[in-house]
Amino acid sequence: MNLWKEFTKGLLDENPIFRLALSLCPALAVTSNVYNALGMGFTVMFVITCNNMSVSIFRNVIHPKVRVPVYIISIATIVTVAMLVLEAFFPVLFKELGIYLSLVVVFAIILARAEVFAAKNKVIPSMIDGLGMGLGFVFAMAVIGGVRELIGNGSLLGYQILGSWYHPPLIAVLAPGGFIVIGFIIGVLNLIEKRKQQRLEQKGGQA
Amino acid sequence: MKEYLLLFVGAAIVNNFVLTRYLGLCIFFGVSKNFHASSSMGLAIISVITMSSMLTWVIEHFILIPLGVLFLKTIVFVVVIAVFVQLLEMVIKKFMPTLYNIWGIYLLLVATNCVILGVPLINSEAHFDFIKSTVNALGSGTGFAIALILFASLREKAQFSNIPKSLDGLGIAFILAGMLALAFQGFGGMIPL
Repeated sequence: MNLWKEFTKGLLDENPIFRLALSLCPALAVTSNVYNALGMGFTVMFVITCNNMSVSIFRNVIHPKVRVPVYIISIATIVTVAMLVLEAFFPVLFKELGIYLSLVVVFAIILARAEVFAAKNKVIPSMIDGLGMGLGFVFAMAVIGGVRELIGNGSLLGYQILGSWYHPPLIAVLAPGGFIVIGFIIGVLNLIEKRKQQRLEQKGGQA
Repeated sequence: MKEYLLLFVGAAIVNNFVLTRYLGLCIFFGVSKNFHASSSMGLAIISVITMSSMLTWVIEHFILIPLGVLFLKTIVFVVVIAVFVQLLEMVIKKFMPTLYNIWGIYLLLVATNCVILGVPLINSEAHFDFIKSTVNALGSGTGFAIALILFASLREKAQFSNIPKSLDGLGIAFILAGMLALAFQGFGGMIPL
């Protein structure tokens, strides 16, 4: 089956942040360290998977004219559940993520997956699609968070990695640094993509 | 009066929504490709944000708090704002067709956006009264419009410069936004909030 393909496309080819440039707000706001980035990433992954499943289950019942409000209510309900769970079991993380947690409701990527994929497919593929896209989101968040924490603080997940000789430029964890780091990550990804294509073309030429 | 003025300037410039709090980035990158579109978008944002935060304040204080269901805040706000924007679009289409032609599509784009939902949530978290919420919303909207218009002008200039191939497009847009944010960082600490 193509389930594996549905799962992996979210990682690089259609990565929500780097490729589709959707849901950028969290990608900048909570990525000043890896821990927060992962917390946000997994929350979004949970919401996107649950929402894909619920939309897919009810896809034949929802009238097309009112589909967007229905999707939004479904997302908002799942987000509220996720918020209550986080508040109960991870109070520190809940405080750190703050308002951005409620704003998960309006992340374009979640609505986009519901509209583009879950509304047209069966439950299992929709779930896989949600998991894959969510994982791609977690991956992007972790990369951005990792780079920013390493540059701005010399640490990863709170462990000091670079020695005392390293004087971290604070800008990487401040607002402007986030924009600049993402800009360069997109540049590097484009470069990798180009290399890959060139290699493919060379192989094609030899054969 | 001074208090409200400080709140306005603080929300518009010092704590600028896009550049220091990172809200509304989808629109910030999506609609900033040309100057004209971005100024219409700015206007749409200012009006919708102010009206919807007035509306959500009333709903929070007269419905949610008396009933003790404040934890449903997110769901209720999202739905209320979406419905309100849809209604506003219909009214404008019917009574002001010229205005509708200028920024009708932007209204719908705005409906489910982080800024529009973010300001009511911030107001509610800070326990602002009605006038303060309105002033805060007006300031945040203005700040967003300023940032959007500045950024659109920068991007128009950037189209004619010589940019490394791999950074072209989204990459350079992010770096430009970073520079703009750096400039806005200079206002930091001007008004203690």
